[in-house]
Amino acid sequence: MTYFLCMIVFAVGLYAVVAKRNLIKIIIGVMVMEYALNMLFVLFGYRLGGRSPILERYQEIKDIVDPIPQALILTAIVIGLATTALMVALAIRIYEKYGTFDITKIRKLRG
Amino acid sequence: MNKEPGMTLIVKTVTRLTVGIILLYGIYIVLHGHLSPGGGFAGGVIIALSFVHLMLAYGKDVALKKISMPVASMLESFGAILFISIAFLGFIGGYFFFHTLGKGEPFSLLSAYMVLLSNIAISLKVGCGLFLVLVSIALAGKEIKK
Amino acid sequence: MTGINYNMIPLFVALPLTVSFFIILFGNRVRWISDVLCTLSTLALCLLSLYAVGVVNGHGTITYKVGGWFPPVGICLVLDSLSCFMLVIVNSITMIVTIYAISYMERYTAKNKFYALFLLMLAGMNGVIITGDMFNLFVFLEIGSIASYGLVAFGTEEEELEASFKYMIMGSIAGLLILLGIGLLYSYTSTLNMADIARVVSEKNDSKLIVFVSVLFLVGFGLKGALFPFHWWLPDAHSSAPAPISAMLSGLLIKALGVYALIRILFSVLNATSFLPVFMVLGTMSMVIGVFLAVVQWDFKRLLAYSSISQVGYIMLGVGLGTPLGIMGGLFHLFNHSIFKSLLFLNSGAVDYATGTRDLKELGGLRERMPVSASTSLVASMSIAGLPPFNGFWSKLIIIIACVNAGHPVYAFWAVLASIMTLTVFMKVQKYVFFSELKEKFKVIKEVPFLMQFSMVLLALICFFGGLLLVPAVSGDFLQSAADAITNGKEYAQIVFQSLR
Repeated sequence: MTYFLCMIVFAVGLYAVVAKRNLIKIIIGVMVMEYALNMLFVLFGYRLGGRSPILERYQEIKDIVDPIPQALILTAIVIGLATTALMVALAIRIYEKYGTFDITKIRKLRG
Repeated sequence: MNKEPGMTLIVKTVTRLTVGIILLYGIYIVLHGHLSPGGGFAGGVIIALSFVHLMLAYGKDVALKKISMPVASMLESFGAILFISIAFLGFIGGYFFFHTLGKGEPFSLLSAYMVLLSNIAISLKVGCGLFLVLVSIALAGKEIKK
Repeated sequence: MTGINYNMIPLFVALPLTVSFFIILFGNRVRWISDVLCTLSTLALCLLSLYAVGVVNGHGTITYKVGGWFPPVGICLVLDSLSCFMLVIVNSITMIVTIYAISYMERYTAKNKFYALFLLMLAGMNGVIITGDMFNLFVFLEIGSIASYGLVAFGTEEEELEASFKYMIMGSIAGLLILLGIGLLYSYTSTLNMADIARVVSEKNDSKLIVFVSVLFLVGFGLKGALFPFHWWLPDAHSSAPAPISAMLSGLLIKALGVYALIRILFSVLNATSFLPVFMVLGTMSMVIGVFLAVVQWDFKRLLAYSSISQVGYIMLGVGLGTPLGIMGGLFHLFNHSIFKSLLFLNSGAVDYATGTRDLKELGGLRERMPVSASTSLVASMSIAGLPPFNGFWSKLIIIIACVNAGHPVYAFWAVLASIMTLTVFMKVQKYVFFSELKEKFKVIKEVPFLMQFSMVLLALICFFGGLLLVPAVSGDFLQSAADAITNGKEYAQIVFQSLR
């Protein structure tokens, strides 16, 4: 059931990218999609009745959730941060040159 | 509207009290990366956020006086080169990224030296990089307002 | 297992990264150091890739455990003959484009940052080619893509920013779909190593999830590689970028990140050979639609970008046939297209450098003033149109013969039609740019600087002698073994496990 909720968040992000006209809303849509995928990855690692996968001094390695998706998500969050930073920098430059954030007016390339 | 840059007096006072604590917390997360969750990236982001907090509350001139942009750029490249040279040190043991320096006793602070040094290098790079990105966005915003 | 043979493998990724960070640190101090460092490092990588071909032919597939951890616990880097083939293409063309870019990028400010992003993109492409682990593939894919988003917007003119933004949104969505596919595959097989996934998938044999994951990968990598319904970002991005970046993007990036990754995953890892008819249909539609849209363009680089879409369609048609002859034709066309498309984009950059315009209606008769650019452009145009004895002729011939042999004469008909239209497109380019009368304002232009001429002549020579790659003595080691590595896709897992012990 929770997997399905993650896909709904992904679909909301996809709607924002496809149907909105403001550049900043498109960037937010891509960010929402990335967060939905990160949540899905964490959910894939869950095991029933598990505890957090930290090795402490007097505890055995038994009944832990899967630590691999957590490492993967750390990398994916960094990649998302880099992409978002680049998109925001491009959006600022586009505003300097075109004077608007509306994508129906930023259409110099056609054909 | 405010005549001086930055936010109101309440925000400035709270910032003065908490910026040092945030920086120290970030360094704590970096150094304990091999014992508890966190590590280089999370600690680096918190260190960057302490400087950005200063910039948001006081205006970017005060933040740029603490670390200027060329110094931050040099620190960032230095962090990246440190990380790659740690990886190349692994060639001594026979494989790239091999764990050459000693392992120490488990669960103490100064163990697993390779992981510790990598965490410090990554936190340098991420912290300076994020700070530079946000300062550049603030500078670009100033140009647009003119 | 001598030290030198095996420790060179991670250098393909580590060397460009290190040199890139050094260039950022020292680039502003001494003026010429970034040029020298970049050229030396790409030259070293090119020689290393040629050495790797020799090693793999002698020893078979070699694997390298990063950090000494045995897979599936650790990451392993796998060099088989298909990877060596791609490595040679990527590194040698990067070296030639670097030599070109030394004098072309004088016109732009911040040349150091250009070299830093350029080497980062090279590290990303090399990483995608040599990795043996699924999530590592995603990380290097994103590194290469983010570097290329920055490079497309390098000149910060209005058109470049708009094109880069569109490219960036579509590339990010593609990366997210690929990440979703990797996540679903991990939850199904609980391992990330490619050889291990191949073993588990062949044992479990439950096909519904594999079909869904294959479709996700097809859409994701198809967006990165500009297959037919996903090609909309390509004309804007490749025509607005600076010329050496267009050559790198169109000649290397859409193949290393798009076509190669798709072939590796669908043939070796998932073994989903039921998708081959989809490749053929999408390839044919790319071919035909790309070339018909290219005929009506009046902008030089936009025309070249549309014909890129069409040629990638040829590669997909060749690989999608599934027969050994078809796969060899597809790979040979991949090699040829990298060379002559890079050469064509470098020529358009030379024309832009000398005259300042890209519009076909304004150019004309440049053959008298720019002889080197004109002759290399003629070689490249004849090669892409498929005239003998240049290399394009041989690869298109092999693909058409393989189509007829496999019993699909309709696809062969469309391939021949697209080839005739490509000839039309490039005769139009040659007539309007180089062969009609010289306009008044262009009577004082000079030929481009020496370094740009040197790189264009080098690529033209490879174009000319490229047909020799089919001679069995040369191609047995290089091309044929790469094709064999694809057709033996089912044995990928066994080969990797054997070479580990």
